[in-house]
Amino acid sequence: MNTILRYSPLLLLLLAWEAITRFGLVSRQVLPDLATIGGAWLQLIAGGELAWHLAMSMARAFGGLALAILIGVPAGLIMAVSKPFRLALNPLVQMIYPIPKSALVPLMMIWLGLGSSSKVVLIFIGCLLPVIVSAYNGAKSVNPFLLWSAASLGASRRESLVEVLLPAAMPSVLTGIRTALGFAFILMVTSEFVIAKDGIGYLIAFLGDGGVYPSMFAAIFTVAAIGFFVDRAYSMLSGRLLRWTVT
Amino acid sequence: MTAITEKQNTARNKPRTPWLNTVAGETAIQAGVFVVLLLAWEIATRSGVISPFMLPAPEDVVRRMADDLASGVALADLGRTLWRAVLGFVISAVIGIPLGILMGRFALIKWFFDPLISVGFPMPKIAFLPIFILWFDVFDTSKIIMVVISAIFPIVLAANAGTEQCDKWPVWSARSLGASKAETLWEIIFPLALPQIMTGLQIALPVALITTIVTEMMMGGPGLGGAMMTAGRFADTQGVFAGIVEITIMGLVLMKGFEALRRRLLRWQPQVRE
Repeated sequence: MNTILRYSPLLLLLLAWEAITRFGLVSRQVLPDLATIGGAWLQLIAGGELAWHLAMSMARAFGGLALAILIGVPAGLIMAVSKPFRLALNPLVQMIYPIPKSALVPLMMIWLGLGSSSKVVLIFIGCLLPVIVSAYNGAKSVNPFLLWSAASLGASRRESLVEVLLPAAMPSVLTGIRTALGFAFILMVTSEFVIAKDGIGYLIAFLGDGGVYPSMFAAIFTVAAIGFFVDRAYSMLSGRLLRWTVT
Repeated sequence: MTAITEKQNTARNKPRTPWLNTVAGETAIQAGVFVVLLLAWEIATRSGVISPFMLPAPEDVVRRMADDLASGVALADLGRTLWRAVLGFVISAVIGIPLGILMGRFALIKWFFDPLISVGFPMPKIAFLPIFILWFDVFDTSKIIMVVISAIFPIVLAANAGTEQCDKWPVWSARSLGASKAETLWEIIFPLALPQIMTGLQIALPVALITTIVTEMMMGGPGLGGAMMTAGRFADTQGVFAGIVEITIMGLVLMKGFEALRRRLLRWQPQVRE
């Protein structure tokens, strides 16, 4: 009941939308009514197109993000403990950081073509920076007493990295990954809009170019909803992972 | 004799920090890494290990930028992109700051906008671009609206948080001294929330810039994003690199400028003065 009350403004907006289309205040061509969009959505699902394009997109987004986490978290942690490593990598990070990653779309097109690899690499680069920076900051702010205690209890460098530094940096890392998750979705949709042969971004652009607006609206709201629910699921998951932390 | 031993002793007891461990030393090493990378890039392209089609030499990219600048092409594109990004950003601020503050003061406004913000914020808003193209055509309007839709969320959230978390005592004091509601809002709550609002604006600025570039890449036409897309389609790698560098420099200048503005506006704040 509380959730209904909380989200009732959204329902109000939907009602307003329905009223606008019902009374013909704007052309149906420009704003299809909700029933038509729902019908188009069911059709997209029944035809299997939506599932196929979504699967392609999700594989790219999560593939790029997973790569970024696998490389970025260790890189950030090691940068925090090893000075030569930090001095070697920091210039690279500083160089890539201010580049808007979306601006790399045309470059990836030239380097890697129109297929999946150009998108995965783009998403990887976009997600890598927030992950590295958050892992580095998290590890830097770890209480040194924890590391000294571990060392005095006989932990090796590797052990203290995995068993002390990583858990202690976890809250910061998880926040960085959440930022990266948002980037992954934006970069996925952007790159598929601009250059692609498949994927949800391509499907939206394709439907729009063909003037099939109810289906286009359905596809847009699907990817927006997925972006929202993935973020919600992630913040619930990271809350669970961080149950042991104070506050 | 004794003097010498003593000198030696102090020298031994107080080891100087090696020069490389100082801040200047570390900066020098990092600058060195940077120069080595650039040199490797230049050598790799000059020697033909990597074809200039894949990776143009840094020198060629710089020359290309100088050429574009001299012919005025780059300035026209830059101006267009800057205009869209800044106008979109200003509109987001003009709508977003009052909205966030009012959400913090009036329960009804909060009730209406809170779910919209919390649902809209994590969505990939760029997906809505085709709808704005359908409604407002492919020219400036649809691009600027897209920028506003993307950049407004961090601003509203920051203004709202700043208003709700601001210290209650100054507000109560002002009220008891006879300040009207409007006066309290403008003279007490707004300045107290200003640091957070500025942080929100600092997050929104790159978002506005990136969204502008993306909309331009999608729709083509004048602007840095469109120019880069054209260069990409003609496999003009130099043009693509020139575009990336120009966009990066523009972003850095905008962000540094905004940081300076923040320091200027928040001079009265103890955190800034330190």
